[in-house]
Order: sequence, then structure tokens, then C-alpha cells
Amino acid sequence: MTRLFRNREIWLALAIIAVIVLVTWRFSRFSQPSNLLTILNDTSILMMLALGQMVVILTRSIDLSMASNLALTGMIVAMVNAAFPMIPIPFLIAGCIIVGGALGAFNGILVWKLDIPPIVVTLGTLTIFRGLVFVISGGAWVNAAQMSPDFIQLQRGSLIGLPILTWFAIVVAALFFVLMTRTPMGRSFYAIGVNPTASVYTGINVGRTKFLAFVISGAVSGLCGYLWISRYVIASVEVASGYELTIIAACVIGGVSIAGGIGTVAGALLGALFLGVVNNALPVIGVSPFWQMAISGAAILIAVVLNARGETRKGRIILKKAEVAA
Amino acid sequence: MTDTTSTVRRLPDRLDNPFRSALLSWESLLVLVAIGIFVANSIASPYFLNAWSLSDMTFNFTEKALIALAMALVIITGEIDLSVASIIALASTLMGLVLNAFGAPTPVLVLVGILTGLACGAFNGFLVTVLKLPSIVVTIGTMSLFRGIAFIILGDQSFGGYPRDFAWFGQGYVFWVISFELVLFLVAAVIFYVLLHRTNFGRRVFAIGNNATAAQFSGVRVDRIKFVLFCLTGLMSGIAAVLLTARLGSTRPSIAQGFELDVITMVVLGGVSILGGAGSIIGVVLAALIIGLVTFGLGLLNVPGIVMSIFTGTLLIVVIALPILWRMWKEKRA
Repeated sequence: MTRLFRNREIWLALAIIAVIVLVTWRFSRFSQPSNLLTILNDTSILMMLALGQMVVILTRSIDLSMASNLALTGMIVAMVNAAFPMIPIPFLIAGCIIVGGALGAFNGILVWKLDIPPIVVTLGTLTIFRGLVFVISGGAWVNAAQMSPDFIQLQRGSLIGLPILTWFAIVVAALFFVLMTRTPMGRSFYAIGVNPTASVYTGINVGRTKFLAFVISGAVSGLCGYLWISRYVIASVEVASGYELTIIAACVIGGVSIAGGIGTVAGALLGALFLGVVNNALPVIGVSPFWQMAISGAAILIAVVLNARGETRKGRIILKKAEVAA
Repeated sequence: MTDTTSTVRRLPDRLDNPFRSALLSWESLLVLVAIGIFVANSIASPYFLNAWSLSDMTFNFTEKALIALAMALVIITGEIDLSVASIIALASTLMGLVLNAFGAPTPVLVLVGILTGLACGAFNGFLVTVLKLPSIVVTIGTMSLFRGIAFIILGDQSFGGYPRDFAWFGQGYVFWVISFELVLFLVAAVIFYVLLHRTNFGRRVFAIGNNATAAQFSGVRVDRIKFVLFCLTGLMSGIAAVLLTARLGSTRPSIAQGFELDVITMVVLGGVSILGGAGSIIGVVLAALIIGLVTFGLGLLNVPGIVMSIFTGTLLIVVIALPILWRMWKEKRA
């Protein structure tokens, strides 16, 4: 029992329930199933992005380019859809995942082969990808009228009572859960985050594993590019501008350690959900949207303080050379 | 984030030949890049080569570069401060608030801006050193927090009506065509150069970045120095807030959005290792100049701002990658 309560996912879930209960106390309609489903649906994209970011952070890297990748892939798919409306949507989605994954692979190659620190690489590609959105679109918007009906309607449909967008999040989360807990690749993400040197000796290729992490975060960003554009039915240069830090915030609140090696799928999902619930609750209880930023900032700081107590520092590094050799 | 693998900051140099190693230093690479861009600019636009143009150009980077000077020290110790742009927003908002509520005179406004910056920096420093939290996360949090407070105060409003003598800080010229901002930046650059490269404090900053534990055991007060450095970045952000507000003549909570990434780009391009332990002020000054030249040159050619970001992003990656590729090529040949 005490062990259960030391689990941070439980605390986070309790915090989310507490927020819902507090808001319901003022506005009973807030906790109606339909409203809770809406919140879940609103948060789906952030959840998927947080999972992608988590894999990268686990390997002691960071991907600042996710939001720009999303905007670029989203713009490409919107323009393709506007130009060739006959292309079936599943092909477009597959295309998004490939394009996003390729952009992620670009980050990954620079980290893997040239050994440039991930924060520098993705700082560069953050601005490059965002600039490319402008270049390919000429600064113009793609709006609802130019998109095909299928493109917009797909995620508005529902399946067994849940919106399609939520199903996307569920499928992605399930894939991540299997990847992280049931496959050697998932274990190697944790391993190189906990101790890169030891990982080398167990035969893990650290550089390649980081590369794969970036491909995964890129592919997720690409998928979310389509979902974002078709949800808000506008593709512009400004799409998801500054969102990269919200994604990282969701991870941090979810207990993913920025020093690598610590984090769970459930944690990242709950971290994203926490931000989603808070952001949905504020307008309901009559707090102006201008408070939103300050409150999420405070939530991040509190989460970090709580995180820091739970984490044990990593052990000694004896053979630093092995890392270099990797 | 804390990998030990890095050879990013130096070109491969031969220690036995000081002349050769000076020639191959990071700074000389930056000088070459700067000269190249300068020449390209002068060829590309007939409006580039005159005193007023060049003076205007400095406005492109002085505010960010002031912060970059302090940020370089923070990054050399292995920490990072992502909240600098939000500190500008908060400091600028409080200046506007004081002006509109009490009609405060210019000296009070400047003081409010600088002290707000200092207080925000101290708050970051407190969280990083006393509570032992990772700075990247702390400053992502305070980044939202500080700008959030600015939004709470201002909402979607803006403050204007700054006095004429206040505007001088952002628009005034000291020696005919040399702006006050540039003079301030040059003075600050000299101070930071001496601080980092000529004092014990600077040596301790490098020591912390190379090995904080070893530095601690050799008597360096690691936490105190880190705290001071975060205060210093806050202070420089406060000063930048005064300059920027004076130059724009108004305050909005969205002011300086995205500055933090530009500042870090300058620092990293300047050869400061993002993993800590290496870097120089001269490199940062040169990198700031390069970014100023690039954005101004592209501006003269009517390249939109968002497209300029492709150039700065590519510049960042290419300049960092070049020495690594060079080293790989040499190794393959040997």
C-alpha cells in the first residue's frame, strides 16, 4: 500500500482527479462523461507528442524540433490534399509518418554520425523546419475550403463511442507501451539513459539507438501534423508555434527525468492529461485565459520539485572512453 | 543532456605549433565567416556599405548579444537559462505598469527594469542551487511563469507613452552614428571578457563546467557561483528589457518572444560547448556580429524574417559540423 502511494503515476492521477472534483464543485457539468471525453480528445495530440518526446529524453537527448516538424509535415499534407484531393486519406497519413520520420532521421543522423549535442541540432532544425513551412507555402494559408471533406471529417467521426482522434492516441499509446516494455529496443532506450557506458559493454549501439529515438519522435510529430491540421482546419506558418516546450513540460510533469533513463508511458500520458485538464478547467471556473501560462509554469516547477526528491542520482562513470568509442 | 562526448568546440589543432593552432582556432573560423558574409552583403546590396546602415545593423543583435554574454558563462558551467525572453517580457511589463500607475520618471523606470531582471534571475538561481533542480526544466517552468505573470498584468493590452528621455536608451546615439546600445554592448563585452578570462571567478566558472565535483572538492563554491551567474543573466535580461522597450516605445506581453533560442544560438555558434567547460567571450561577440550581419543583409534583400531563420539554423549546424567533418576526413586520410 505504501509502495503504491510512492508511485508518481498514482499521485498524478490523484492530482488530476482533485482538479476535476474541485471544478465540479463549482460547475457540476464539468465532470459529465461527455465533457471529460472532450478533454481527452483535446489532449490526444499532446499525449502522442509527449510519448515521442519521452523516448528521446530517456536517451539523454532532447528534441526541440517536434512542433516545427509538425507544422512542416502538416503544411505539406495540407498542400498535397489541396492539390490532389483524390489521394485517399490513409496514404496521406502514411506519407505524414514517413515525412516526419525522415525529418527526425535528419536530426538523428547529425546526433549519431557527427556527435553534435541534440539540443544544438534540434535548436537548428527548429528554425530550419519552421522556415521551410514559409518557403513551401509562400506564407499563404491552406484553409478549410481548400481541404477535401474526407481530410477534415476523418477524425471527427467516432468508433464505439470514442472520437477517432482519441482512438489514434489510444493506438499510439498501446504501440509505445509494447515498444517500451516488451521489446529489446525499448529496454535499450532506458539502458543508454541510465548508463551509456555500461550499455556499450552490453552491446547496445548508443548512437544508433539515439538515432532511432529521433526517428520515432519525428514520425509521431508527422502523424500529429496531419491530425493538428485536420482538427483546426488551417495550415499556416504559425501552427503549433512554441509548442515544443509544452510537450517537454508534459513529459516533465509526467515524471520523465530530463537527465535520462527515467520515465513511463503512463507518466507521459498523465502529464499531458494534467495540462489538458488544467487548461480546460480554467475557463470553466472563470479564470481568464491569461492565467493559463502562469499556472502551467507553476505546475511545471511544482512537478520538478516533486520529481527531484524521487530520483536517485546516477552512479559513478568509470570508463568514459567507451562512450566516446561508441 | 549530459553526455561526455564532445569535440564540438575546437578545431583540431596542434599543440606544438602555437601559430598554427591560433590560425585554426574557433575564433578565426568565425572571423572568416564574418568577413565572407560582410563581403557577400556589400556585393548583394548597394545600401549595405554606409555608416548609417552599419549602425542600424547593430540593433539587430545588441539586445540579444548582451544576454548572450551572461548566458555564455551559465552554459560554460553546464547549466542553461531558457527564461531570458520571459524575463524581458516581465521586466518590460512592470516598467509599463509603474509608468502608467505613478507616472514614474526615467531613472525609476530603468531601475524597475533592471531590478525585475535581477529578481527573476535570483529566483532561477535559487531553484537551481538551493533546491538542486536541473536548470533546463526550471527555466522552462519560469519561462511560462514569468511571461504568464506579464499576461496576467497586461492581458491583451499594451502600454505606451514612454517619456522622450527614456526612448534615448533604445534610440539614442553617443558618437554621431554609434548607438548607445552598441556602446553599452561593447563595454559589457570588455567587462565579461575580463571577468571570464582574467579573473579567478572566470577560472572557477570553467572549473565547474569541466568537473563540478572536482571543483567543489578543490574549494570552489559551486552553488554560490551558479547562483551569481543566474542573477547575472537575469540582470542582463533586465537591461535588455530597458533597451528593447525604449527602442519599441511600447510594452506587450508577447515582447521578445523566441529570443531565448536566438541567444543560445549566438552562444553555441560562438564556440561555447553546450556541455560546459569551454568557450570564449570573443567567440560570442563574433557570433553575435555574424548573426547581425546575416539578418541585416537578408533584410536588405527583402528576405522575410521567417526565411532568415533557415539561414541562422543552417549556419548553426554547419559551423558546428564543419570541424567535425574536417576531423573525420583527416582521420580517414591518416
